[in-house]
Amino acid sequence: MTRGARLIVLALGGAGLAALLVAACLDLPGFGGTWHPYGDRAVEASLSRRTANTIASVNFDQRAFDTLGEMSILFASVVGTVVLLRQTRDEKRGKPEPEEVALPVRRYALIVLPVAVLSGLYVIAHGQLSPGGGFQGGVVAATALHLLYLGADYRALERVRPVGLFEVGDALAASAYVVTGLAAVLGGTAFLANTLLPYGTFNTLASGGTVPLLNAAIGMEVACAVVVLLARFLDQAVEIEEENGKR
Amino acid sequence: MDEPLIVVVLLLVAVSATAAVAVRDPVHQALVLAVLGVALALLFTVLQAPDVGLSQLAVGSVLTPLLLMLSVHRVRRREKGRKGKAR
Repeated sequence: MTRGARLIVLALGGAGLAALLVAACLDLPGFGGTWHPYGDRAVEASLSRRTANTIASVNFDQRAFDTLGEMSILFASVVGTVVLLRQTRDEKRGKPEPEEVALPVRRYALIVLPVAVLSGLYVIAHGQLSPGGGFQGGVVAATALHLLYLGADYRALERVRPVGLFEVGDALAASAYVVTGLAAVLGGTAFLANTLLPYGTFNTLASGGTVPLLNAAIGMEVACAVVVLLARFLDQAVEIEEENGKR
Repeated sequence: MDEPLIVVVLLLVAVSATAAVAVRDPVHQALVLAVLGVALALLFTVLQAPDVGLSQLAVGSVLTPLLLMLSVHRVRRREKGRKGKAR
């Protein structure tokens, strides 16, 4: 195909897409407003199962199967990273040297570290009650751990972060989610249906049936996944070196 | 809902997103990306979506820039090693 023909095809496709987008936008309800048919139904369903945070109810009850898909994407990408960033035959592991850390940086990192980890765990634990949940809290807790790398050095981080254990935790949490879903099947309903556990008292930690369980599983899965992911990247950035003298 | 606040935050997002594209150095780009993450988190919060705001804050302004910085560091270290060997 010549350059001109390609441009014509591109222009045709672009014009069609633009026309469809404009037509769709003209039919959208106005910005803001009070008419929210999906929101109203979601809130009603979440209140009937005594889940205070409607978003958590959508994620872990009404659309728990979607969340399983999202979790699998993260899990698969972590497995892919572990395989791609492994130590190959022509690479060796260097000993990273400890370096001086400026005192204010060290103080800040070591003061903020416990607060940040605790905030992450709080956000996971209260996912069914207030904004946040397993995903957000998991990322916060996992990245907070790496303040140790800023405040102390790489070896201190490696000591508190046995990667093998986090890899096992990642897999365990992912299977815990699936097992909770299968338990519903064994209980005589559909996969991941929230009918197994009592719904509890509204706005307490144990309310919402299986929502807190699935939320905790996601929290653990995401935290472990992010730790493993960052560990592989840090390995490449700090430790693994290409073998000298070959080639 | 106070509309002026939404307009201000939308402008902030537009400016930081344009800056993230315009900046060419990957390290600076990672830092601008972190600022863009905070601006987007602000936008989501103003639009009453705190759940999404929290994810954006954790992933967009911490995790993604961090992974980018680590990758850049790795690539630069390897290039330095290659040059050293050639000499």
